[in-house]
Amino acid sequence: MIVFYLISGGLELLFDNQKSLRIGLPLGTEQTSATMKELISFIVDAGILKERPELFKQNDTVRPGILVLINEADWELEGELDYVLKPNDEIVFISTLHGG
Amino acid sequence: MAKSCAACTTARAVLRRPKTGEPYCRECFFAAFENEVHQTIVENRLFKRGDRVAIGASGGKDSTVLASIMKTLNDRHDYGLDLFLLSVDEGISGYRDDSLETVKANRDEYGIPLKIVSYAELYGWSMDQIVETVGRKNNCTFCGVFRRQALDRGAALLKADHIVTGHNADDIAETVLMNLLRGDTPRLQRCAAIATTADESVPRSKPFKYTYEKEIVMYAYFKKLLYFSTECIYSPNAYRGYARTFLKDLEAVRPRAILDIIHSGEAYEACTRCGYMASHTVCKACVLLEGLNKGQPKLSVGGASQRRQLAALEAPASPARATPAAGASAS
Repeated sequence: MIVFYLISGGLELLFDNQKSLRIGLPLGTEQTSATMKELISFIVDAGILKERPELFKQNDTVRPGILVLINEADWELEGELDYVLKPNDEIVFISTLHGG
Repeated sequence: MAKSCAACTTARAVLRRPKTGEPYCRECFFAAFENEVHQTIVENRLFKRGDRVAIGASGGKDSTVLASIMKTLNDRHDYGLDLFLLSVDEGISGYRDDSLETVKANRDEYGIPLKIVSYAELYGWSMDQIVETVGRKNNCTFCGVFRRQALDRGAALLKADHIVTGHNADDIAETVLMNLLRGDTPRLQRCAAIATTADESVPRSKPFKYTYEKEIVMYAYFKKLLYFSTECIYSPNAYRGYARTFLKDLEAVRPRAILDIIHSGEAYEACTRCGYMASHTVCKACVLLEGLNKGQPKLSVGGASQRRQLAALEAPASPARATPAAGASAS
């Protein structure tokens, strides 16, 4: 069990209007680590995402237009999907897809 | 595996800049971002000292960052501008009333006076009433047209010399794509321009024309600027959404694509003879017409070298239909 802190900036509507969540990511008995790829799949598969998964996930990654920060740094600098998660990591998803 | 900043080489990088792919730390990113907007303002001579500038303020990230940075740069570089926030209240319950609270907070935080004009006040119809009447399809057209005029009327009330809007590089690239897909050539000419031309009522410009949306969001996030980010409740299926999704997919593959699309839009210009859109000085229609009028129709169907020969021959007078000479051969 690894715990992460997740904040959705502008994506609250998909997460039942919650601005932050603590997520416990269950690992299999033989698994020693998990990556961002697993976290994103888990968010969708475990029902943490309340509606319209296509607005959050596209193929194996977040939909283009959603920015991801890992511990206050651009995930593009941290390995993106391959980043290995650590306890108490802070993950922020910020959508730029809103308009109107 | 934290990377160092490409600019100062010491601090922890927090952002990969989409224009260059380089890792930047927070402070160097702020400095580069602000300086690039300043360069855009200066190089395009957007303002002159003493201008009263109305900032179109929606409460969203672009106008919030624009208001913040206009104040920062006006103070730092002594542009000598009088700044105002100008908001349009469309009258959309649960959306605009919340976003206007954000603009009021911005007014207080930045110390910039705020003017709000509403559709109900100007037109006698709120957007909620319009949607009730025309339905959800096409209501964005009403809103877009009314908002544009409302900004002009609000600016006139403020006696503003200039309106700035928070349109960023991504917005402009989207608009280029949309107008390209629609084949709307007059709009395609205008949409990549940084400022409006003299014939429009109050001059407008887009200081963020070359600024990536990702950087605007990151700037707001790291500076902890308050902004409102909920989607308009009437617009989720607006046509722009398709161009936007396509553009974001392109950006994910090659971030530079956004600037390249803007440069494509800028590359189109008006034909020097007829004024319609052309990718050369003289458009193809005028070239073909010239060939016909000179009795050399095949010349204009040829390649660039033949077009250069034709250009060298061309008279300054406007093209007129040639009168066949008396007794000329039919061929």
